[in-house]
Amino acid sequence: MSKRIDVTDLNVYYGDFKAVEDVSLTVEPRTVMAFIGPSGCGKSTMLRTLNRMHEVIPNAYVEGSVKLDGDDLYGPGVDPVRVRRQVGMVFQRPNPFPTMSVADNVLAGVKLNNKRISTSKSKELLENSLRAANLWHEVKDRLDRPASGLSGGQQQRLCIARALAVQPEVILMDEPCSALDPISTLAIEDLIGELKESYTVVIVTHNMQQAARVSDMTAFFNLSAQDKPGRLIEIGTTDKVFSNPDRKATEDYISGRFG
Amino acid sequence: MPDFHGAVASDVDDRGKGGTTIQHGTVRRLGDRVFQALSTWSGVAILIMLALVATFLVWQGMPALTTPADELPYGAFPQFVAPLLFGTIWTAVLALIMAVPVAVSVALFISYYAPRGLAASLGYVIDLLAAVPSVVYGLWGIGVLAPALQPSFVWLARHLGFIPLFAGPPSGTGRTILTVAVVLAVMILPIVTALSREVFLQTPRLHEEAALALGATRWEMITIAVLPFARPGIISASMLGLGRALGETMVVAMVLSPSAVISFALLTSQHPGTIAANIVLSFPESYGLGVNQLIATGLVLFVITLAVNMIARGIVDRHREFSGAN
Repeated sequence: MSKRIDVTDLNVYYGDFKAVEDVSLTVEPRTVMAFIGPSGCGKSTMLRTLNRMHEVIPNAYVEGSVKLDGDDLYGPGVDPVRVRRQVGMVFQRPNPFPTMSVADNVLAGVKLNNKRISTSKSKELLENSLRAANLWHEVKDRLDRPASGLSGGQQQRLCIARALAVQPEVILMDEPCSALDPISTLAIEDLIGELKESYTVVIVTHNMQQAARVSDMTAFFNLSAQDKPGRLIEIGTTDKVFSNPDRKATEDYISGRFG
Repeated sequence: MPDFHGAVASDVDDRGKGGTTIQHGTVRRLGDRVFQALSTWSGVAILIMLALVATFLVWQGMPALTTPADELPYGAFPQFVAPLLFGTIWTAVLALIMAVPVAVSVALFISYYAPRGLAASLGYVIDLLAAVPSVVYGLWGIGVLAPALQPSFVWLARHLGFIPLFAGPPSGTGRTILTVAVVLAVMILPIVTALSREVFLQTPRLHEEAALALGATRWEMITIAVLPFARPGIISASMLGLGRALGETMVVAMVLSPSAVISFALLTSQHPGTIAANIVLSFPESYGLGVNQLIATGLVLFVITLAVNMIARGIVDRHREFSGAN
């Protein structure tokens, strides 16, 4: 598991509007990459191009390439459905399926495509996924209860377990803690540290302390003006970007002298 | 320029006199009082109207239930109402079975598959269907649909006649239970479609994206994120459609020439009528206890419609925990 992501000369458009311009970056396997930057700088859009989720907006398209261990995600005949099986995603707000139990939520992705799975195997997968998301001990006695009964932090870890259950190569997280309290945030951050043992993780965050705590590499995005496309300003190891950035804009943003 | 410091000083002065202390009692302004009265009385008015209708039906229908059978123009009440009740439910259920899958499919197509321009015009056409008066549907049923369907009834009776549903002899005019059910299905299609579409529009984007991010295809997204969420809404929409089909009068009265039989056969000319159609057909020539008997059948219709709504409510409530409403 865990693959390398290579983004080359990527432009992202929503119809006529160019949202992200000229981004090239590499995410090594088994590392955590953090995307930081002000609102509207295109970092969420950038994240979504890594599993083609930006395509839920009509008329969205990209130029350039995104490769997963050399396989172009935008190659001819590549279905986004297959891309998303390999590149899982966790969203800003916890979004377990409210009509399903805890167990059904975890196995929702696995049961797609009418894939038959034996009861013992699904039990094993259920437990492993929930353990990997540090949620097993909290929910093992209420696996058949509605997922909507869990707390926000538990729901978010349930969503992580759901993403892990399909055994992806990469996990994308779009501000996964912004709707959570500090304790739940800490639980997710610890979890990210464990996830990078087996997965490539890319996280978008507004919280710079969080980026500093959880990531190995940091990419800073910014936009030169309103209605201009977002650009990658600086990328490097998290230590470097936070302690000794090369660019003035990065330093200003990180030290809070932004705008 | 206002004297800022002076303003602060006077506020401080007021505090001692009780000007800024919090007073007891609820705050209710004119708007609250007007709105509360209006909404309360609207609610009460509906209950009163319902009670008045029920009282009328019971009061006027009672003689039909208490008078000995040999004095009643239409014979004993249970034997009189049974075929009508059967015909009412049978046609309505058939219509529902045909209409709901089509309506849900159309709503899904409009919401998830159709290009934007087509979706808008299709929605408009569906709404137009609801605006056609039922007399027009009745004429269409007699003049177009019945003759058009008749040959297929003959074919069905010949090849599938061993199934009791399709047993012959097929009607020569095509004016059968199945024809009526098809017309009713077309009539309830708009309301079920429009309501299902509203429900699909309310499916949270968040859940749709959750499904897609797991590698779901469009259809899988619909089955795991949209349909379970929309289920209570679809049931409510169907029940409204069923209610309309149960009470539909003109179409049935125009298309069917009923007999007092209870039969599931879809294609024969020996079929029951419905309560509503029977009332409208028999009322002009009824008098005395005959009128009471017809009103009593109306009471039966009233009761089963209430029952249908309560059952639907029960189905919706049963899975409340998993509805996503919490």
